[in-house]
Amino acid sequence: MQVDLEKLERILPTVQKPGRYVGGEYNSVVKDWNAITTRVCLAFPDIYDLGMSNLGLMILYRILNDLPDVLAERAYLPWVDMITAMRGAGMPLYSLESKRPLGDFDIIGISLPYEQVYTNALEMLDLAGIPLRSDEREGSHPLIVAGGHATFNPEPMAAFFDGFVIGDGEEAMVELVEVYRATSGLRREARLKALAQVRGVYVPRFYRVRYAEDPSPGMGERGPIAAIEAKTPDTPLPVVKRVVRTLPPPTTRLIVPTIDVSHNRAAIEINRGCTRGCRFCQAGMAMRPVRERPVEEIIQATDTILRQTGFEEIGLLSLSPSDYSQIDTLVKRMVERFADEHLSISLPALRADSFSVTLAETIAGGRRTGFTFAPEAGSDRMRATINKSIPSRQVFDVVSEVFRRGWQTIKLYFMIGLPGEEMEDVRAIVEMVKTVHMIGRRVHGRQAQVNVSVNTFVPKPHTPFQWVGLDGSRSIRDKQALLRREIRGRGLKLDYNDPEASMLEAVLARGDRRLAEVIHQAWALGARFDAWDDQRDFGAWMRAFAKTGLDPDLYAYRQRSPDELLPWEVVSTGVRKRFLLREYERSRRREELSDCREECHACGILTAFQGESSPVWCCPEPDPEATKDR
Amino acid sequence: MRLRVTFSKKGWLIYSSHLDLMRVWERALRRAGVALAYSGGYHPRPRLQLARALPLGHVGEREPIDVWLDEPVDQREFSQSLVPVLPEGLKLRQVQEVRSGAPAMQTQVVATEYRVRVDWDQPAKTAKTRIAQMLAETEITHTRRGKRYNLRPLIERLELEDVSEERAVLHMRLSARPGASGRPEAVLDALGLGDAFARYHRTRVMLKATG
Repeated sequence: MQVDLEKLERILPTVQKPGRYVGGEYNSVVKDWNAITTRVCLAFPDIYDLGMSNLGLMILYRILNDLPDVLAERAYLPWVDMITAMRGAGMPLYSLESKRPLGDFDIIGISLPYEQVYTNALEMLDLAGIPLRSDEREGSHPLIVAGGHATFNPEPMAAFFDGFVIGDGEEAMVELVEVYRATSGLRREARLKALAQVRGVYVPRFYRVRYAEDPSPGMGERGPIAAIEAKTPDTPLPVVKRVVRTLPPPTTRLIVPTIDVSHNRAAIEINRGCTRGCRFCQAGMAMRPVRERPVEEIIQATDTILRQTGFEEIGLLSLSPSDYSQIDTLVKRMVERFADEHLSISLPALRADSFSVTLAETIAGGRRTGFTFAPEAGSDRMRATINKSIPSRQVFDVVSEVFRRGWQTIKLYFMIGLPGEEMEDVRAIVEMVKTVHMIGRRVHGRQAQVNVSVNTFVPKPHTPFQWVGLDGSRSIRDKQALLRREIRGRGLKLDYNDPEASMLEAVLARGDRRLAEVIHQAWALGARFDAWDDQRDFGAWMRAFAKTGLDPDLYAYRQRSPDELLPWEVVSTGVRKRFLLREYERSRRREELSDCREECHACGILTAFQGESSPVWCCPEPDPEATKDR
Repeated sequence: MRLRVTFSKKGWLIYSSHLDLMRVWERALRRAGVALAYSGGYHPRPRLQLARALPLGHVGEREPIDVWLDEPVDQREFSQSLVPVLPEGLKLRQVQEVRSGAPAMQTQVVATEYRVRVDWDQPAKTAKTRIAQMLAETEITHTRRGKRYNLRPLIERLELEDVSEERAVLHMRLSARPGASGRPEAVLDALGLGDAFARYHRTRVMLKATG
């Protein structure tokens, strides 16, 4: 049954931006509820304004709604005022399309794009009146599955989800829905058993994690992980992520919001994966191989998007747009083709080379907003460590060119807390920023503006830095103090993370199954919207840790040994641990590794997906020498 | 070419703000493929003008918007291409051509008419008396955002249509001239219904006669 619409009508005028909670957008799909056998709700555990720009959710929405006997609707986490109002009115979380409580659906797919939404996911389930833990749910409850980037380490949330779709979801989600439907007569346990057979689907209850018997301080009653086991021989271990062989046709019938949202524009993915091999980057490691979309397909799809949505801007999505092999042709043709249609085109941060300047100029036409570069580190030494080697000199040359061509604002992205970083490397960030500003002032005088964003590096699973601990909070605070002292004054703006937020992110990213108790407790104590600086309740998290006897420092700061079994090894991204370790060692020697588009470094992806690989993958022939030590 | 499009805004779309509505129109017109005229400069915007902001949550029954086009179109063709691409809640009522030199619509608004359904647990007689008493006043002091003003001259008409099941239906015409613009919420407030739940329907935006 629908939620009480009259009650809803009385609530809406009392909350901010009520348009978040009503649906009805152009291109949203409302199917006949009773005529459909399998009903899926795609849920995004943050507010509508953010969730509407999640392309992954939009893609699945379209794919599922294109199936004749399936319907897919959406739900986002309401903002705090609406949560309070709904709880006060006894109104469960409902889908935007049919206004049905989430509990009425067969499957709820929750997107976990980053770790700070974990408590939000619990808030959504609770607001829907659905028991939080998988083992508390029964046959009458929906199947709760997760997908998205954070699920490359599913363990911290393993207790709450019935299943995880690891990797590309386009095919896996459809298979999951089909298996679920085919097993409708079976008991819950048997159904889950069948789902565990879907490639790329991880069903935590069929795995056992054993811990070292001897208790170690701060790890509760037991020590580090001793073994990860599948409970039955037919359960896959590790669960290998899914890859789509070629990118499916782009989603064109995008939902057009009727209120303002962040990234209020169309989006099209031009390539997936990245060959650069930056050692800090989880996406770069976990989303291999690189698959590109043909230029023609992008142009055609953009044309269709324009006609079907009316958007006035389109974002070309890519981890590294400069590496799209025909980026020049693509951009020129896009501009040529859509110039008369008042369509603006946006690209993520470009590489600092002269080619990027020309590219940006083509896109911008006469407009000059900001120009964004991500040198990531200030010193050549640190850039060698992270394998993102652009000589400082090159950055300055390019910046100089950017200013000369009319841009007055440059945005620079850096990280602090990288492995092996010294204060001197942080000073190098300051130097670089000051030099860039000076170059700008020579061209634009006092109009020159440099916006600097310094993120704290959080070591992520499945990367060469997965063994490294988070930089100590004292050290981070000192480094931020230096940046604050030096990067200020007219024409300079500095932005950095709250160290508590980074610590929380590290704990959640690097956690194991035991963390579920902490997440549950923290949520019960009021933690939610952990990604929002004005909402995060760090105290609740600390109390939750204290209650459960787990030491957050051991999760966040501990340097892990290469022999240690890591919680996320239950999942394989196709990139071998040995490759990551070699890369970690190379980073310590500050040795760079070339772009693997040029030569294969045997990361393991081709072996893992033998037989599935395709000529469109941007992998060169593997060099037998390089792959010898497999 | 300048077209005056009369439309209704209803359903869930009432929770889109005035600014949101501008963008909803822009995108709908782009989907329709009509030759929208754009402003110049580096950030060209389509030339669209709404007569008067419709507050969030209010239904608009007959709202006018002016649309400038680069090429003349047949009004029927315009409607035919627009109707299938309108979002839920937006309906086309009328399309007519306006002299392109005609003054901006915002300057031509003289009054707005409202139908308001409000929770009011009074017998019809009491309600009627209350309204009559209020209209008999020459001064009704109302405060909004710290500013005090006399509401009475802004109420051009106020009638009780019906009271049943503890809900009243009121009709009102409020002045909507620059600096002298009445809000239906203020009228309810003056009737002692400031906290009552109400549904607002703006039934008409009255313009000075234009050529």
